[in-house]
Amino acid sequence: GPLSERRLMDVRLGELPMWLATRDFSPQGLLGAVQKAWSSYHDKYINVKRGGPAGISMLLAGYCLLSYGWSYQHIKCHRWRKYH
Amino acid sequence: PAAPAALRSLPPPVAVGVLHATRPLHTTQQHLAPLPPLPEKGGEVRHGLIPEEFFQFLYPKTGVTGPYMLGTGLLLYFLSKEIYVVNHETVAAACILSVIIYGVKKYGASVAAFADKLNEEKVANALAMKNAAIKDLETAIEEEKKEQWRLEGRSYLFDAKRNNIAMLLETNYRERLMMVYNEVKKRLDYQVAMQALRRQKEQDHMIHWVEKNVVQSITPQQQKESIAKCILDLKALSKSAQAAV
Repeated sequence: GPLSERRLMDVRLGELPMWLATRDFSPQGLLGAVQKAWSSYHDKYINVKRGGPAGISMLLAGYCLLSYGWSYQHIKCHRWRKYH
Repeated sequence: PAAPAALRSLPPPVAVGVLHATRPLHTTQQHLAPLPPLPEKGGEVRHGLIPEEFFQFLYPKTGVTGPYMLGTGLLLYFLSKEIYVVNHETVAAACILSVIIYGVKKYGASVAAFADKLNEEKVANALAMKNAAIKDLETAIEEEKKEQWRLEGRSYLFDAKRNNIAMLLETNYRERLMMVYNEVKKRLDYQVAMQALRRQKEQDHMIHWVEKNVVQSITPQQQKESIAKCILDLKALSKSAQAAV
């Protein structure tokens, strides 16, 4: 379909800047995008009859990675070696 | 009268037609059927962390071991360049992860069974309510049909009522007829009794008058003569009687 209506996963790498240009970056647009992303994740992994640990474990792993990234500048001071 | 008309002439309030919503409502077709059921299982996730789509994405180019090689390579790179620093938090993370994995592996199935049982009870309750509602409605339909059947008998009901009324009218008519007959008879009897009374009175009066005149006409002389005659007759009779004995 046309570029503006495709989801992120269906966009090819070369078309990414063009696709980003068609996106709606107003607060409502961003909020809508976040809501859509969350609802698609929720419906796929959490809102099922027989879920497993995968639903929340992925969220927790993502949170761990994010918090590591946020505190990276502080952790860099505790390196074992100076030159890698 | 005057007040409601004045109120009606005011402009409508602002809230009419303006619904505050962050997203447009009622854009898709109206679903008249029940919602589709929840999917049975979630998306496939390998080792609880990486979705299966990633493995499928790499399979055509690198085969089955591709993602694992990628993971190992990335891990070694982060460790060697100390992008991931090994410190006390690593030990803590290792302990926590091992405890979590042990817990999930050991008690996962039983917790899942418990949750499934709760769900089943809820579904069974809802189903029971639905069946009860359906049964109630069916009995209501039966009752309604019976009422409709009963309605067909209203002609008999009206015939019976008509008969009752006719009988009442007939009874009333006959009662009045009887009353008329009695009244007329009473009046006629009265007339007859009057005539009989008059006749009797006339008779009595006449007899009395005749007797009175007869008694008056008997003079004393005639009385003596008749008494003497009677005595002579009696004597003659007694003689003949004595002779007969």
